[in-house]
Amino acid sequence: MCVKLGDHINTDLIISGKYKYRTQVISELTKFVFEDLDPKLKDRLAVGSIIVAGKNFGCGSSREQAPRVLKAAGVKAIVAESFARIFFRNSVNIGLPTVVATPKFISNVKDGDTISVDLVEGKIVDSERKLITDIKPYPQFMLEIIKEGGISDYYRKYKMFPWDKELH
Amino acid sequence: MSTIVEKILAKSSGKKKVSAGDFVVSNVDVVFAHDGTALLAIESMEELGINKVFDQKKVVFFIDHAAPSPSPQISNIHLSLRKFAKQQGMRLFDVGSGICHQVLPEEGYVKPGGIVIGADSHSVTHGAFNAFATGVGSTDAALAMATGKLWFKVPETVKITVDAKLGDMVMSKDIVLQVLGTVKADGLTYEAVEYHGSCIDDLSVDSRMTIANMAVEMGAKACPMELNQQTESWLKARIDSFEAVKADKDAKYSEELHFDAGKLEPMVAAPSNVDNVKNVREVEGLEVDQVFIGSCTNGRIEDIRTAARILERKHVKVRCIVIPASRKIYMEALKAGYLEKLVSAGCTVGPPTCGPCIGAHMGLLGEEEVAVSTSNRNFTGRMGASTSKIFLASPATAAATALEGKIADPRKYGDIA
Repeated sequence: MCVKLGDHINTDLIISGKYKYRTQVISELTKFVFEDLDPKLKDRLAVGSIIVAGKNFGCGSSREQAPRVLKAAGVKAIVAESFARIFFRNSVNIGLPTVVATPKFISNVKDGDTISVDLVEGKIVDSERKLITDIKPYPQFMLEIIKEGGISDYYRKYKMFPWDKELH
Repeated sequence: MSTIVEKILAKSSGKKKVSAGDFVVSNVDVVFAHDGTALLAIESMEELGINKVFDQKKVVFFIDHAAPSPSPQISNIHLSLRKFAKQQGMRLFDVGSGICHQVLPEEGYVKPGGIVIGADSHSVTHGAFNAFATGVGSTDAALAMATGKLWFKVPETVKITVDAKLGDMVMSKDIVLQVLGTVKADGLTYEAVEYHGSCIDDLSVDSRMTIANMAVEMGAKACPMELNQQTESWLKARIDSFEAVKADKDAKYSEELHFDAGKLEPMVAAPSNVDNVKNVREVEGLEVDQVFIGSCTNGRIEDIRTAARILERKHVKVRCIVIPASRKIYMEALKAGYLEKLVSAGCTVGPPTCGPCIGAHMGLLGEEEVAVSTSNRNFTGRMGASTSKIFLASPATAAATALEGKIADPRKYGDIA
């Protein structure tokens, strides 16, 4: 299910600095996710939910707890007009798909819609409204990292990093 | 033909030339993390199954974000960091040393033309010393700690030229807030930014660090600045040899912007977005509950000197927390008599730490409280309660505000007034 958010959702809003020092156990931090934005939001981030947001998603602090806590809360992918770069890299590293879509597509998607992201086909589908859009493709090495569930899983499986060969 | 980042990323990846859009794998010169990010980086190294840092002299930890520890849980995080650093034989700057972005260059870890990787978004600060310095998350930090390498997409560069001189009590914070108000919070996402111009050439090291520090608030990846005379002498006192990198005259920029420092007024970023920038006079007179002068943005000697100049022999009307960014700055401010002036004026001077900026300790805001802070983020709930409000400003504006108990234009306490 789609959880629709606005522009400039910063990492303090995702998980406040107040809490990230309380515990290092990510699953315990999920109860504070989006607390300063809307405390009820966390109940909607069930397994398989997809966040659809505006510009500059994940701006602010470099805290990797932010994408990790979203993944732990059940978020399967994030679709946005643009992402802040550190959040984007962190998400790739932990295997959380962050995909860019056009402002038009995003404005047509409504909160609560049934939507799906298909990285292999390169498409986002809103089956409720019969909307479909192409994803800006990931560079190959990032796609491989995400497919393996993150860089740690990739490295443990292949005993090498994708950049140990030529990057493309 | 090349910008500063293109040159640094080419050299660090062993290539003759790279251009915006290329992917490179660079050797890093220093990697650091702090008590908010290091434990997750240690865990990420464990997840990778790599148990040794690539070079114990090039990996550094800081206990600065919640230091001294305000809770047993945080004390346990600190313990884990100390244990790891000891096992690895690497340097850890403990409680009281100061904020990573201040201590790292003070201790000679930042070299012009080098690659500086920090598990903190404000790592861009080190661009003030002509480095490619960027913030990463804990897994990227772990990769750099474990392998000494990290991949980058070579960014495009935006060139910002600032000419003329700043007026008295107008500070480099006002420049960067003006730029932020113009380019907006996502205006430089995925890009590097180079600052040029006669104003930038004249700035002190402290002032340049403030400008580079806030590049990330525009989404920028790095803010490598060409060295000026002050920065060169500052570096010479701390490191043996270095080779500065300059942009080519015909370097290709994605955009060029110009600002006139002579026309600048004191600025604020009003709640609760960093790009909600206004002139101080638009919000003058607004009552505040707390003033914070400190952080990696504005906790340096010049900032404390400016606050002391305004508050000397006067008394603050609201609680005013002053936190020097490092032990060295604390000592310098102590010897120069600035701290005595500030304490006499009713300020609370804290030990070197990030303080209330990240909402961990030392002056958090209650419901509906309003603060003027010299830090870098005014996000909802950043410094305390969700309903509290933060105005970002220069140390001069912050000190004038503390004096009056409401947002005030510092120019009336300057030379020209």
